[in-house]
Amino acid sequence: MKKLRTRKHAVVLNRSVGGDAVITVMLTILGIAMFLPVWYLIVTAFKPLGERSITPPNFYVIKPTLQNFIDLFTNMNSTWVPMSRYIFNTIIISVAATFGCLVLGSLTAYSLSKIKFPGHNFIFAVIRYSLMISSTVTGITNFFIYVALGWLNTYTISIVPVWASTLGLYLMKQFIDSNVSDEMIEAARIDGASEIKIYWSIVMPLVKPAWLTLIVTTFQSVWNAGASGYVWSEQLKTFNTAIATVSGVSSGAGSAAILLMMSVPIIVFLINQSKIVETMGSSGMKD
Amino acid sequence: MTNNASVEEVKQETPVTEQPYKSRKDMTKGEYIRIQMKRTWVGYVMVAPFLLMFLAFTVAPVVLSILLSFTSFDMLQMPQFIFMDNYIRMFLDDDLFITALQNTLMFAITTGPASYILSFVLAWFINELSPKVRAVVTFIFYAPSISGSAYLVWKLLFQGDIYGYVNGWLFKMGIITDPIIFFQNTTYIVPICIVVALWTSLGTGFLANIAGLQGVRRDLYEAGAIDGIKNRWQELWYITLPEMKQILLFGAVLAITGAFGFGGIVNDLCGNPSTDYVAWTLTHHLSEYMGTRFEYGYASAIAVVLFFLMIGANSLVQKLLSKVGS
Repeated sequence: MKKLRTRKHAVVLNRSVGGDAVITVMLTILGIAMFLPVWYLIVTAFKPLGERSITPPNFYVIKPTLQNFIDLFTNMNSTWVPMSRYIFNTIIISVAATFGCLVLGSLTAYSLSKIKFPGHNFIFAVIRYSLMISSTVTGITNFFIYVALGWLNTYTISIVPVWASTLGLYLMKQFIDSNVSDEMIEAARIDGASEIKIYWSIVMPLVKPAWLTLIVTTFQSVWNAGASGYVWSEQLKTFNTAIATVSGVSSGAGSAAILLMMSVPIIVFLINQSKIVETMGSSGMKD
Repeated sequence: MTNNASVEEVKQETPVTEQPYKSRKDMTKGEYIRIQMKRTWVGYVMVAPFLLMFLAFTVAPVVLSILLSFTSFDMLQMPQFIFMDNYIRMFLDDDLFITALQNTLMFAITTGPASYILSFVLAWFINELSPKVRAVVTFIFYAPSISGSAYLVWKLLFQGDIYGYVNGWLFKMGIITDPIIFFQNTTYIVPICIVVALWTSLGTGFLANIAGLQGVRRDLYEAGAIDGIKNRWQELWYITLPEMKQILLFGAVLAITGAFGFGGIVNDLCGNPSTDYVAWTLTHHLSEYMGTRFEYGYASAIAVVLFFLMIGANSLVQKLLSKVGS
């Protein structure tokens, strides 16, 4: 707001000093409250055994150590399936799920937004409604469908159902709606460009923030969820299940494990933060 | 079904479709739609792969659940049609279902609006900061919801022995002599779960609010100031909220879905079932009948109730929100 105030031609907005102060104080308090648990996690992950048994625990660490991480990795080596296999599975599942989502989602978003075939409004309305129900509701019958398809305990079950997720598609469709003009597409059509050509060479380069967002959100959810619940072979499970089983040894190793699991989606988000926020700008629900 | 293609579009495209020129007025509705479909067949090809997945994994399950909810089904024998028996049993014979329903509503009514309001108010505060500070503060609030397992840190804070943070302090200050086992104590389970749920709830909806507030045009505020808007509150009510309406609707959908789907946090923190079923929700009840008792018909009926709760809450909130600023 300061910027606005000092702009030479701008009207001075109604901002009271008291209001600014209240907002700053509230943000500081809430920000600290939100961040303290994360901070405690980081601190605990680097605490040596001696400091972890102090009561009450400190919110700082006197002699930081990597011992917890070393313990974690030692335990990892003792798992029945080698840790490299879990990491490999995580990569395979995340990449395949994200790639499929991106291809199917962007094609669908373009078609719904710009080709406007008879029925596109109805299809989009159903997709919008699907945002309103959680996976709990569809869980039971999904199970029967997986059984019928013979997908239980395979890679497929961790990958293909993700392709049907709608949040990324929804965001991309809204982003295309508000960032690519119909006139431009119409002009390209008159010049004789095919729909696929328009999709690939005109629309996709214009909506880079949207596909980055789709990649990041899909990747995050797959990373956090790991393999499907209907996978029981240890060889098909992912890093997060493995890390959960070996982290039970101590609060230190447990914190180290959570920290490791957290750091990947956080880094991915930080790199893409500005693009993601840009995409969310057009997420509004139009009636 | 509706079609939005404008009349001009048809005129432009008619030579290509090999049809003799006919204006929209001369056509029957069916004829018009057929021409449109022919013109836009690529569109159908493009949505087909996704649509197939979407039908198989989202639409079909909802429809099948509704059908199955009128049957008794254990996967060994064919489903037997029993009409409303599952629903009658649910409301009259199943005390635990009533508990689950009450808890689900209780969690939804507390965490839903609270997280929704929090995500807007925080975004509104953050919007006043300079871009760099804004990015950092946004990240601090968003971080807990990025990682699926971050909330397990609350297990350390409320650990049930003397090494837990809260117990350690209570002990030191002489308030307790024995550690409180928070996650098994019926007094504390629900409040702790609500706090944790709120802590992890500033997700996509929060980011959408931040982006939406950035997108409100500056000149609207300047014009408002000239027109006599006196303070932040008036600005919020007369300019910001009406401009943000669509984003608010989107955030509401996500908040409601999250609030009614509540359950995973309880499992990880308090175990399943939680002590005396104090945090037993419809999600738990459903997985109990599905995973342990194999009564798929009954479980489907629970899913259907949850489905209509979510849809009902959504249409209610959408109606309320459409009144904002008008």
